[in-house]
Amino acid sequence: MVSRMHVTCVVNGDTVEFLCDGGQSLLDALRADVGLLGTKNGCSTGDCGACSVIVDGKLVCACLMFAPEVDGSNIVTIEGLADQDTLHPLQQSFLEEAALQCGVCTPGFLMAAKALLDAKSRPTETEVRFALAGNLCRCTGYDKIVRAVLACAETSPEPSSSAASHMMSSSNPMTSSSNAASSVTSEVSGYGRT
Amino acid sequence: MAEHKHKSQAVINHARHTNHNEPEYKYVGTRPVRHDGLDKVTGRARFAADLNLPGQLFGVVVRSPYTHARILSIDTSKALIADGVQSVITGKDFPAVQSGDPHHDMCVNLMARDKVFYEGHAVAAVAAGTREQAYRAAKAVIVEYDPLPEVLTIDEALKADGTVLHSHMFTTGVKPRTSTSSRSTSSSSTPSSHLTLSLSKPSPPSTQPPAPSPSIKELLTSYEPSAVKASNVNAVYMFSDGDVDMGFRSSDVVVEREFTTKPVHQGYIEPHAVVADTGQDGRSTVWCSSQGHFNVRSQTAAMLGWETARIKVIPAEIGGGFGGKTTIYLEPLAVLLSLQSGRPVKMVMTRDEVFRATGPAPGAKIHIKLGADRQGHLVAGEAHMAYSTGAFGTYAGDFGARAIFESYRIPNFLSRALGVVLNTPRSAAYRAPSAPAAAFAMETVLDELAEMLEIDPIELRLRNAVVEGDKSTTGVPFARVGLVECLEAMRDHPHYNAPLEENCGRGVASGYWFNIGEASSVVINLNEEGTATVVTGSPDIGGSRVSMALMAAEELGIHPYRIKPVVGDTESVGFTEVTDGSRVTFATGMAVVKACQAIILQLRERAAIMLGVDVSDINWVDGHAVYTNPATPVADTVSLSLKEITQAARATGGPITTTGSLEAKGAGPGFAVHMCDVKVDKETGVVRVIRYTASQDAGKAIHPSYVEGQIQGGVAQGIGWALSEEYVYNSEGVMENPSFLDYRIPVASDLPMIDTVIVECPNPHHPYGVRGVGETNIVPPIAAVANAIYSAIGCRLRHLPMSPMRVLEAVNTSS
Repeated sequence: MVSRMHVTCVVNGDTVEFLCDGGQSLLDALRADVGLLGTKNGCSTGDCGACSVIVDGKLVCACLMFAPEVDGSNIVTIEGLADQDTLHPLQQSFLEEAALQCGVCTPGFLMAAKALLDAKSRPTETEVRFALAGNLCRCTGYDKIVRAVLACAETSPEPSSSAASHMMSSSNPMTSSSNAASSVTSEVSGYGRT
Repeated sequence: MAEHKHKSQAVINHARHTNHNEPEYKYVGTRPVRHDGLDKVTGRARFAADLNLPGQLFGVVVRSPYTHARILSIDTSKALIADGVQSVITGKDFPAVQSGDPHHDMCVNLMARDKVFYEGHAVAAVAAGTREQAYRAAKAVIVEYDPLPEVLTIDEALKADGTVLHSHMFTTGVKPRTSTSSRSTSSSSTPSSHLTLSLSKPSPPSTQPPAPSPSIKELLTSYEPSAVKASNVNAVYMFSDGDVDMGFRSSDVVVEREFTTKPVHQGYIEPHAVVADTGQDGRSTVWCSSQGHFNVRSQTAAMLGWETARIKVIPAEIGGGFGGKTTIYLEPLAVLLSLQSGRPVKMVMTRDEVFRATGPAPGAKIHIKLGADRQGHLVAGEAHMAYSTGAFGTYAGDFGARAIFESYRIPNFLSRALGVVLNTPRSAAYRAPSAPAAAFAMETVLDELAEMLEIDPIELRLRNAVVEGDKSTTGVPFARVGLVECLEAMRDHPHYNAPLEENCGRGVASGYWFNIGEASSVVINLNEEGTATVVTGSPDIGGSRVSMALMAAEELGIHPYRIKPVVGDTESVGFTEVTDGSRVTFATGMAVVKACQAIILQLRERAAIMLGVDVSDINWVDGHAVYTNPATPVADTVSLSLKEITQAARATGGPITTTGSLEAKGAGPGFAVHMCDVKVDKETGVVRVIRYTASQDAGKAIHPSYVEGQIQGGVAQGIGWALSEEYVYNSEGVMENPSFLDYRIPVASDLPMIDTVIVECPNPHHPYGVRGVGETNIVPPIAAVANAIYSAIGCRLRHLPMSPMRVLEAVNTSS
């Protein structure tokens, strides 16, 4: 039996321990051992960016990092992007700008966009495009993704949307509240844009 | 890079200017945040590879390293005793399939029987406790091959004495030659343009291919398809009208050109994945990402020789498809491995496998000849095409031959296409299959005609554009279509006359796609609190759930967030065809409307019971059953909300539910006109798209953001097809670029914003006027880019991709 390595790290604010093989990727460890399936595998070769996560403040492709390398590290994945029940402004902006279609690349784009805005709060369109050039999207042509990032950068970084907090309370925005009247009101914010 | 300053999205509604009398909609045409969005931005959405079942095994496929070979033997004994292995299957474990069987090609493609037809062809599959164990065991499967000569190009495939892939393949569609046959119209064997009209400008320079010999015209017109002798041509498709010879003779100007395109992949970001769990009762549950889970069920059942009802397919979220997930690759293998092992089996393709073993779009060779009078009216058209469909025959040629002349009135035309098999992966649908290559040829030659005749390229198209009542290629007249409106939208767009900088050029092109209807089913359940669950059988690849909710909301008169749109599994909703052909918002949308109308009748009936009145005195108005006493209509009106009725449902006859199923007819054809600016670096040959504006007739945009999204996505794919994407094979037929590093799809820094103009010419056959929008948008970009490059460098490129190398060669040739 091959001996396995013990890794301790912080993932989305929680201390996590797992055993892994030396050759195992961080992506595989996150998905199989930590149980966080939001980080996607599109290629395993670092070309598509679907597995983008932030390790110690740095954007990486989780498929290109060995799991043992993150021992002692602080990792943020898509599951850690929202603040409890409040969406990160980028998440809200992606929803409002319709910046996703199939959604499989979305977690990676959100992490790459977060890394960009953490480093530079008011990027230009060109800077956004180059910062996201390591992430492939085949559905959107990038237009609405770039707009969503720019829109987010232009507005207050304070997460404050009531629609976000409402929608976060349940995966089913329609039936989550026993008070239907107030439910509809909060659902409507973010609705009706023309 | 130019930053984006101008306003980018517009909707031009033509219904208001006609007798369609479009009502003011409350929800249709608005842009709510999609219902499934929250899960997708938080990482909670579950795609097929995200499912894990207790005790599951991992399955991997053993693939052929040979391009074409006979399988002499497969020894699985070592694999079977390898660590962790629970099951090994080969072609022998599946029921035999005969060559005439409609599922033959699919079955043999999924698991080779006596021969392998391309590198990457499946020959066996292994299930083991871990993925690593499965990969080790796969290497222990010993396959003995007898290599055969490979057929890698259309030219080789059409050789009279060449290797034939399938001894049972006889060309369909072979007709005796007529007076309009290709040969009789061929006055010269080399591409040319002839002018009987005196023109001030010389014929523009062009780059010719590295001497394909013989010419495409000669190759395709000299090939004699046979219905009785096995060949590599699965079918010949021909459409014609008028007298082509006479048409060219009476033309003032004739242009004749040749084009080639390479196979390209859909490039969905999510690799194919499946989990299958086959129980003691022999029934199997399959979770997978597909564009059509009913089709997954049918095809899986066909390959296993099972009844469809033995299989339940649960659709996972799908991470892109673009046609590539309209067929299956892994599901029957996983089901059989699960049946044999008694354990759930998960299979996930690697990106390398996706490239090598799933279907790209075909490559094509096209010869086209167009004749026009001096006013720019098209008089004659002739096209000879061949589409390489990979290891098995497909419909590719049919779509190409039908699409190439479809956008314009051409009194005399002949289009003929061959479907040609090669030792490459079986091609699959890719967004408007076959039409992009056809439009590349047609729209480039139209641009050339416009220049020769000194007519504005949009004006030339306007003079020939099909309108309602014109005959289509198949002879069926068009209903209302929006090509003219799309052309006018581009002509009037500020982009069209914006100044261009040095080394920049502008190109215009049109595109067409048929769109389809087909079978869709819907279930609507009204819930206690007055909400509605709308279950459809259509996997949502681009935001169709929110569109279904908008249509249901409009019908029922309740807020879209009180609708819960769901994609149901094969046991929860009636049969529904694949999400393809731009059909979901059209066809499944019609089923939603039909079911809503049925449930509104029920709501009125329940309200009648609650009020003790006649149902005929109750109308459904804005989410309420409104009773008006016919005796005193002004004073005596009572209304019950949908919620009040559903809350009382058990006292008035039980839960309120209904279904809606239909075979949708009357899909409205989709037209698009695109305009593109490029900047060419004459030192490196690099082409950068710097501005792009796309108009498309959506009929009616139910959720405009996702219509724009479809347009923008199709444009980006088209630009990749034009400039950088291609399957590169070595001389033995081994793909040399099976990764996203080497198969180069556009990234964010390659593209500008993609401006959209949604044109709305209502489809008379849909309750909201919808026509499909998913595919047409990939048709114009290749020609738009090619025409823009010509405008920038004065040189025509007719071979894809228009890579820096080709562009540089063109620049050097012309200078």
